[in-house]
Amino acid sequence: MAKIKKLLDLDTFFKKRETAHREDSPILKTTGLSVNFNGDLALIDVDFELNRGEQVAVVGPNGAGKSTLFKIVAGVLKPTAGKVQIAGHEPGGHICIAYIPQRSQVDWNFPVSVSDVVMMGRIGKMGLFRHPTRNDWQFVKDSLEIVGLSGLAARQIGELSGGQQQRMFIARALAQEAELMLMDEPLAGLDAPSLEDIFQILISLQRQQVTVMVAMHDLKLAAENFKKVMLLNRRVIKIGPPEQVFDAPTLMQAYGDHVHLVPGEDAVLAVDDGCCGDEEMAP
Amino acid sequence: MIDWLIEPMQYAFMIRGLIATILVGIVCAVVGTYVVLRGMAFFGDALAHSILPGIAVGYLVGGGARDPLFWWALATAIAASVGIGAISRGTKIKEDTAIGIIFAGMFALGIALISTVRSYTVDLAHFLFGDVLSVRNADLWLIVAFGGVTLLIIVAFYKEFLVLSFDPILASTLRLPARLLDYLLIILIAVTIVVSIQTVGVALMIAMLVTPAATAYLLTHRMPVMMALAALIASAAGVIGLYISYYVGVASGAAIVLTATAIFLIVWLVKRILKTPNTN
Repeated sequence: MAKIKKLLDLDTFFKKRETAHREDSPILKTTGLSVNFNGDLALIDVDFELNRGEQVAVVGPNGAGKSTLFKIVAGVLKPTAGKVQIAGHEPGGHICIAYIPQRSQVDWNFPVSVSDVVMMGRIGKMGLFRHPTRNDWQFVKDSLEIVGLSGLAARQIGELSGGQQQRMFIARALAQEAELMLMDEPLAGLDAPSLEDIFQILISLQRQQVTVMVAMHDLKLAAENFKKVMLLNRRVIKIGPPEQVFDAPTLMQAYGDHVHLVPGEDAVLAVDDGCCGDEEMAP
Repeated sequence: MIDWLIEPMQYAFMIRGLIATILVGIVCAVVGTYVVLRGMAFFGDALAHSILPGIAVGYLVGGGARDPLFWWALATAIAASVGIGAISRGTKIKEDTAIGIIFAGMFALGIALISTVRSYTVDLAHFLFGDVLSVRNADLWLIVAFGGVTLLIIVAFYKEFLVLSFDPILASTLRLPARLLDYLLIILIAVTIVVSIQTVGVALMIAMLVTPAATAYLLTHRMPVMMALAALIASAAGVIGLYISYYVGVASGAAIVLTATAIFLIVWLVKRILKTPNTN
């Protein structure tokens, strides 16, 4: 009988794939990552590592490979060369990595409520043929509370504002119990109060030792809100504290012709990265 | 009025036809919810058409016998659905182009095969547009069995299919077997088409998959409600369509599809006029 039960228990099919973490390894380490899309080099020899609880802004021009890098780190895409290690193991065995999509990539008319979407984060833990338990609902409730969306749980997702939509996806990552969150352009198109909400959530994530990578365009916001930034343009141009990364020669290297030195009282660099028609400023 | 409703029921073929349309309507509507949400309408249409050569071969081999047709259709549908997926994955040809090639080729093969038979126009029309009034008890049992299993699988994998449809990258980061689930859904669509083929035929099949689900999509923002509403709309369209077919004397498949289309248009218009904040 027990044997039959074990045979039918397809949960193990999923559970088995959840790899244990090695505490002595960095949460994320990439070595020699390269990606080749039909002859186009999207990423070249990307090497970096992040420790638990670190938050890094990934900045670079359009087509720098930010989304590609995130998808490889999440184990969704396979690199052409090199490898990714999440807490010492390949990403494919982990369900602790959350990829938070760009809002433009989401079908906002999909017939699901906010709590439905957050519950999706629990599915990896639930296993096949299982329904959400009280514990799962508690996770959804808590996650919504952390991002301040408790009152909107029953709303259809299209009724949310841009900032609320972004926070809903962070809640989903929380419900997933993600230890590494990859946020793809979470700040795009948000107004100042919504930006502030996101940065507050990032601070609380830091307290919980959640590691976060944020793809973004705005050098000023990156410099103000992150202790670590990565300048990416197919290669890692530089990674480190913003004051060391955002200097004129490094920016020139990343953005090429799109950097202009604007003479003024303090020398100012203006970067036109071809995105969104905005000029981005760096001190 | 009651007489008017009861009159057709004296015919056993009408009762069987009504049961068949209701059952088929429910299965099509539930599976169709995914077809609509994932934008697979063209795929569904192509799949329905590419079953024709299978039916034709079964028809020729069996010398016109009806019983083996279901199995021929089922085998062809599953082969075609998996084939379309494989071809679009393996080459630089885009998926809709691959579907177009396979779909037209298979359909032409089906017509060519059937045209070798003398009574070809009659038989072809039967396969293309369905004939729900010729459904027999054995057919009903096949619909119950395969439709029932399809619904059970949809319920069993509800949350996995939901994630896969809404956010395939999440499905991948949760390490769900996405490729496997994709093929499973495609096979479910194939089975649904096969059990429905007698009701509306190859050419009108896509309406049963798409129209009731799209109507429900306009009316609700919750997935389970959408499935239930779509099932209700499809069954109602089936019953009303059959009555229209009986009293007005139009082809049953066309009457059912026209009724479903009319319901969609009414809902769309009413939503348009009311402009409730629900619409977006």
